[in-house]
Amino acid sequence: MSNFEERVKKIIIEQLGVKEEEVKNAASFVDDLGADSLDTVELVMALEEEFDTDIPDDEAEKITTVQAAIDYVVSSAE
Amino acid sequence: MSFSSKTVLVTGASRGIGRAIAEHFAKLGAKVIGTATSAQGAERIGAYLGDAGFGLELNVTSQDSVDALYAEIKTQVGHIDILVNNAGITADNLFLRMKEDEWCNVIDTNLTSLYRLCKPCLRGMMKQRFGRIINIGSVVGSTGNGGQANYAAAKSGLLGFTKSLASEVASRGITVNAVAPGFIETDMTAELTEEQKQTILAQVPTSRLGSTNEIAETVGFLASDGASYITGETIHVNGGMYMA
Repeated sequence: MSNFEERVKKIIIEQLGVKEEEVKNAASFVDDLGADSLDTVELVMALEEEFDTDIPDDEAEKITTVQAAIDYVVSSAE
Repeated sequence: MSFSSKTVLVTGASRGIGRAIAEHFAKLGAKVIGTATSAQGAERIGAYLGDAGFGLELNVTSQDSVDALYAEIKTQVGHIDILVNNAGITADNLFLRMKEDEWCNVIDTNLTSLYRLCKPCLRGMMKQRFGRIINIGSVVGSTGNGGQANYAAAKSGLLGFTKSLASEVASRGITVNAVAPGFIETDMTAELTEEQKQTILAQVPTSRLGSTNEIAETVGFLASDGASYITGETIHVNGGMYMA
């Protein structure tokens, strides 16, 4: 679990160019981390690569916060 | 500039404008993948490209075929840096006589194919923070042409698509442009009668058909580093028959 969380956060830091301390679990990519809509698409692509999975579009649209990304990755790994 | 580190995908590359584009990029040092609708066409592409690249079979109207193409590309060369959407057909008819088939086939092959081909390519381009998408349009996309309502609709659509996608991905170092040929010496224009040719040439200030190489040169320019600041643009290559 914590491993997933670390990996997800690392990707968010890389993709959005934000500081580690900004990446709080409740943070919204767009509202808190300054992402635009294309950034969020890229973020999902990066998650797909890191976790070697395909995230369907309707699921991808729900991944709007750090916690949502962690939750998705954890649940899809189960 | 040298294209030696670049991989180019050209659809409809077995003959005509597509072949000239593929050969041009090969000459500039790029790795080139050309597609054709038949296995023989793909072989022909491999033969003229030699060490510079290879040919693959592709039906641009089939998502499965496009998926298979990209799977093959991923295994053989990785990602695509430059995509040239060139594959196209005509099915001319007076609109009042036009069958739904003729309409749908032309829209599917010339316009919807852009959706299928661009999407998988963009992934790699976004990651690389570099990409060039060049869509081959037509002068009739801007002027319209009696007997080509389907073709003109598809080619006009291509221009709107080009501008929209250009806006979306510009921040990632990807440019999306169109080249709109006028009357070029190809199999497509060889079907015209001498009388039709003369009528057309009367509207072309340069008084001649263009060569496929003149299209290829323009595509090469748009793919070059020198064209980095050009995006969402249509370059008309038509001997002056239509001045945008």
